[in-house]
Amino acid sequence: MRDAAFDTPGSASTLSRSPVVNDPLLDVRSLGFSAGGEKLLHGVDVAIRRGSRTLIMGPNGAGKSLLLRLMHGLLQPLEGAILWQGGRMNASARRAQAMVFQRPVLLRRSVIANLKFALTVRGMRGAKRADKVRSALETAGLSHLARRPARVLSGGEQQRLSLVRALACDPELLFLDEPTANLDPASTAAIEALILDANARGVTIVLVTHDAGQAKRLGEDLVFLQDGTVVETGPVETVLTNPRSEPVRAWRDGRLYLGPNTQSLNNYPGRKN
Amino acid sequence: MDSFWGAFSGALGLVIALDPDLMEIIGLSMRVTLTAVFLACLIGLPLGAAVGTFKFPGRALVAVILNALMGLPPVVVGLLVYLVLSASGPLGPLRLLYTQTAMIIAQMVLVTPIVAALTRQVIEDLNREYAEQFASLGVGALDRLTAMLWDARYSLLTVALAGFGRAVAEVGAVIIVGGNINHVTRVMTTTIALETSKGNLQLALALGVILLMIAFAVNAGVMALRASAARAAYA
Repeated sequence: MRDAAFDTPGSASTLSRSPVVNDPLLDVRSLGFSAGGEKLLHGVDVAIRRGSRTLIMGPNGAGKSLLLRLMHGLLQPLEGAILWQGGRMNASARRAQAMVFQRPVLLRRSVIANLKFALTVRGMRGAKRADKVRSALETAGLSHLARRPARVLSGGEQQRLSLVRALACDPELLFLDEPTANLDPASTAAIEALILDANARGVTIVLVTHDAGQAKRLGEDLVFLQDGTVVETGPVETVLTNPRSEPVRAWRDGRLYLGPNTQSLNNYPGRKN
Repeated sequence: MDSFWGAFSGALGLVIALDPDLMEIIGLSMRVTLTAVFLACLIGLPLGAAVGTFKFPGRALVAVILNALMGLPPVVVGLLVYLVLSASGPLGPLRLLYTQTAMIIAQMVLVTPIVAALTRQVIEDLNREYAEQFASLGVGALDRLTAMLWDARYSLLTVALAGFGRAVAEVGAVIIVGGNINHVTRVMTTTIALETSKGNLQLALALGVILLMIAFAVNAGVMALRASAARAAYA
């Protein structure tokens, strides 16, 4: 159920359907998803501009990762539709996308074998594949670790490998689910640089993050989710600096938003300010 | 007690002297068991991996059946294989009864469910970790299966080891379909049973000791391999 704060002008579907978003690369329409009798996403409208960097933000349990998985086709929506370049999401659309998970999923093989596997799956062989692998290793700064088992790398190295593996598949659209959640600042900066570089080369980015600083460094468009629905969209800077909805204000101020008719937890009796 | 130690020292003498009869029985045992385990792996590994990876109607039932078949009574398997291979059975014209092939078939029937059921468990766990990444990369069904079998190779060694343990220690089924014929189908376990009944404890004990040594050696080898693989983060 939408509360009054969600219906402020320019929020939710109004903004995501703004005339600016003509011919979106990925178009999410009235998306809904339930599990165990609970509605986890409902009425979600999001349009991803080609070549843009879109951030999906919101508190824990808002449905960010679920939305990402639905957009990437790892789960099938129960309501609504997801259109790829105006058409149906099919196998070739899926192959034009890639995803980096919060916890890197690496095969029990060497660094180089992980890259080779992904490229082989995409039908690449021989010299072309070797060039791609070499280039990916250099981009990630992992050339000296090429023969090392992937699972003994540090968290930052594993995530860089996971990211360049995804990028080596030449995706048009790259989904990233909190890729720097467990990383130190230097590793985070390296991942962010790779993301910005990929975007500069034309890769559309959709990124889930909890980090407001990262949002400002990486984002152009922001989609804010609360309780499984979009409560505000717009340019990152605008939404975070001057939020129009109470859930975003609460999130920005570090307050727990409990609903339209409930006081935030920062006001509970006895709280020390 | 004296007779025990006498038999034991006699057994050691046979082992140290590499007694030709003893060596023949060991060689035959290993040939039959390793062939049966190899064939069981050839069937059981992909079967278990497929059940652990793909969703299809009746998947849970197949898993239950595989688990239940792990406890197949060897004498029942021996009897069934005997009926199939006997002159009046469907494979009677092949004249396989009382041959090493019959023993391999019986052991394979016993070991395949063990390999398949344990493989299903290993691959199902791995699939839980890999499934989304594979779906994201667009990995096809066959590539998924082979990739997971390869990545789980060190865990699957233990699975093969379990199958080997079952096969090498098997006596009930192989004595029914093999007939325990000297120089033809007489393996370690059937010889132990026969020589014990004849009171020839030296040979029986010698074979028992060797059977134990083989079991220890194979287990130690596989465990060492697994440990080194785990240290290198491949397991």
